[in-house]
Amino acid sequence: MTGHAKAGRPNQLLRNLNSKIASIPMMLTAVVIFLGGTLWTVVYSFTNSKLLPRMKFVGLDQYERLWSAPRWLVSIENLAIYGVFSLIFSLTIGFVLAAFMDQKIRFENTFRTIFLYPFALSFIVTGLVWQWILNPEFGVQSVVRSLGWTSFAFDPLYNQEIVIYGILIAALWQGTGLVMCLMLAGLRGIDEDIWKAARVDGIPMWKTYIFIIIPMMRAVFITTLVIVASGIVRVYDLVVAQTSGGPGIASEVPAKYVYDYMFQAQNLGQGFAASTMMLITVAIIIVPWAYLEFGGRKRG
Amino acid sequence: MADTASIDHSTITSTSAKSAAGPRGKKPRPLFSSRNIMVYGVLIFAAAYYLLPLYVMVVTSLKGMPEIRLGNIFSPPMEITFEPWAKAWASACTGLNCEGLSRGFWNSVRITIPSTIVSIAIASVNGYALANWRFKGADLFFTILIVGAFIPYQVMIYPIVIVLREMGLYGSLTGLILVHTIFGMPILTLLFRNYFSALPEELFKAARIDGAGFWTIYFRIMLPMSLPIFVVAMILQVTGIWNDFLLGVVFTRPEYYPMTVQLNNIVNSVQGVKEYNINMAATILTGAVPLIVYFVSGRLFVRGIAAGAVKG
Repeated sequence: MTGHAKAGRPNQLLRNLNSKIASIPMMLTAVVIFLGGTLWTVVYSFTNSKLLPRMKFVGLDQYERLWSAPRWLVSIENLAIYGVFSLIFSLTIGFVLAAFMDQKIRFENTFRTIFLYPFALSFIVTGLVWQWILNPEFGVQSVVRSLGWTSFAFDPLYNQEIVIYGILIAALWQGTGLVMCLMLAGLRGIDEDIWKAARVDGIPMWKTYIFIIIPMMRAVFITTLVIVASGIVRVYDLVVAQTSGGPGIASEVPAKYVYDYMFQAQNLGQGFAASTMMLITVAIIIVPWAYLEFGGRKRG
Repeated sequence: MADTASIDHSTITSTSAKSAAGPRGKKPRPLFSSRNIMVYGVLIFAAAYYLLPLYVMVVTSLKGMPEIRLGNIFSPPMEITFEPWAKAWASACTGLNCEGLSRGFWNSVRITIPSTIVSIAIASVNGYALANWRFKGADLFFTILIVGAFIPYQVMIYPIVIVLREMGLYGSLTGLILVHTIFGMPILTLLFRNYFSALPEELFKAARIDGAGFWTIYFRIMLPMSLPIFVVAMILQVTGIWNDFLLGVVFTRPEYYPMTVQLNNIVNSVQGVKEYNINMAATILTGAVPLIVYFVSGRLFVRGIAAGAVKG
């Protein structure tokens, strides 16, 4: 098509030249890094690259090894637990806080500032603070014990069974403020008349929320879900700071598996295969959403 | 109609704020109704929970180690000492290297400032080209760019390592700045494109008729009209880049490690006795820059994260 246009009008390529020059960084990033880089990683995940990438195809070997590696299976299990709970809790807590914030309260700005400030902090800072608060020797456990309940046990970061919940606590502290903000914006977008009508009909407030407001906020919920979910797949820094994947391998996550195999174990093939699995996970979340969001309308 | 409603609403809030409600507006509710107690109770409880870690950080950093070993983490310091702060800044150890966080801080400054400027400069021009000077195929590149924002970094870092190595930039600050520019591009371009598209088109057309070209319109009309969105982009980039860990650790040599990486190395280093007060002082120091940006910028920050939440 471009060829035809070029033949017809020779200066077609030069039209709007400044705009094209200005867009070169965007084109390069989109094509070389995002498209090219992703394809490159996927292609090399079928090779047996070790220290350096090598074009020696071994079929699905890397994936077979990946899915039989205990550490990867633990990572996936952790991601699933962490993902499900953090979705449920952050959406619930975020919505409830937003609903309370929406009661025409005073000091709304102060409350919002307090709920949102953790989001300005990095995952490293978040992880380290909660590592300290959950420290069994000095933190919550020891404080409760010193109050007299001497058998109290709460040491998630040192207990393989529950370590992922320790990370979840920190993640929720950091991220629910954002969910609250998005939900509050959604609630503000709802027509005041709906509330008036519900009040006239004598519907109790909680019923109005559950049966009228939440269904009306479907789009906000879906957007928030996508944002939270794509953050979940990437969780890395928080685990590094809080537990370094320990105790043992109990709090490993896929993103950490990728990093460790690419840059420390010098087993690039495994790293590529694991990162391709991450890509697939994200695609499973994004594609249906993009279809719902943009499917009917024109793109752009 | 919508206008009058909003005016009405604002007068109600302003009068009730002065607690001098006249005959207009709703009947003021009693301050201590059971509903109010419930609403404020929940909000204050939640606020206390969110503030607790900040409080713990501050009090721990102001205590001496003997007091930490004896007391509990929630009690205020009996004797305030700023020594942990000084040590965290100048002499905390990562392994054998004992020069504190200061180097990480200056590295982060040297990474954040150029990355912010370069990424915003490029993305704003990109967004402007997409909004006002659309060419054939531009939308395709833009779509790839936006889809790319959802791809986990882990999928793309190794190819970037190779590209940077070929360019001789792997491990250097320039390389990392380039990487931040690349990964900041989707969200910033979207931000600027949407903003420029919403500006009245007549302005652009009038300038065109007067003979202004691509760059003249950008510098003389678009740029001066768009300062708020530049501030939003700046907030987004400064906090995002300052808080980055993964890219810093992958793309730089240890002498250029940003503050987050150095903080993690100091706190999680296995050698020596753990000095929790120094660790917490170091943690606050690292969190200070984004926190200050956050508290100063207020609503603009909210606007930035609403746009930037998808950033990878």
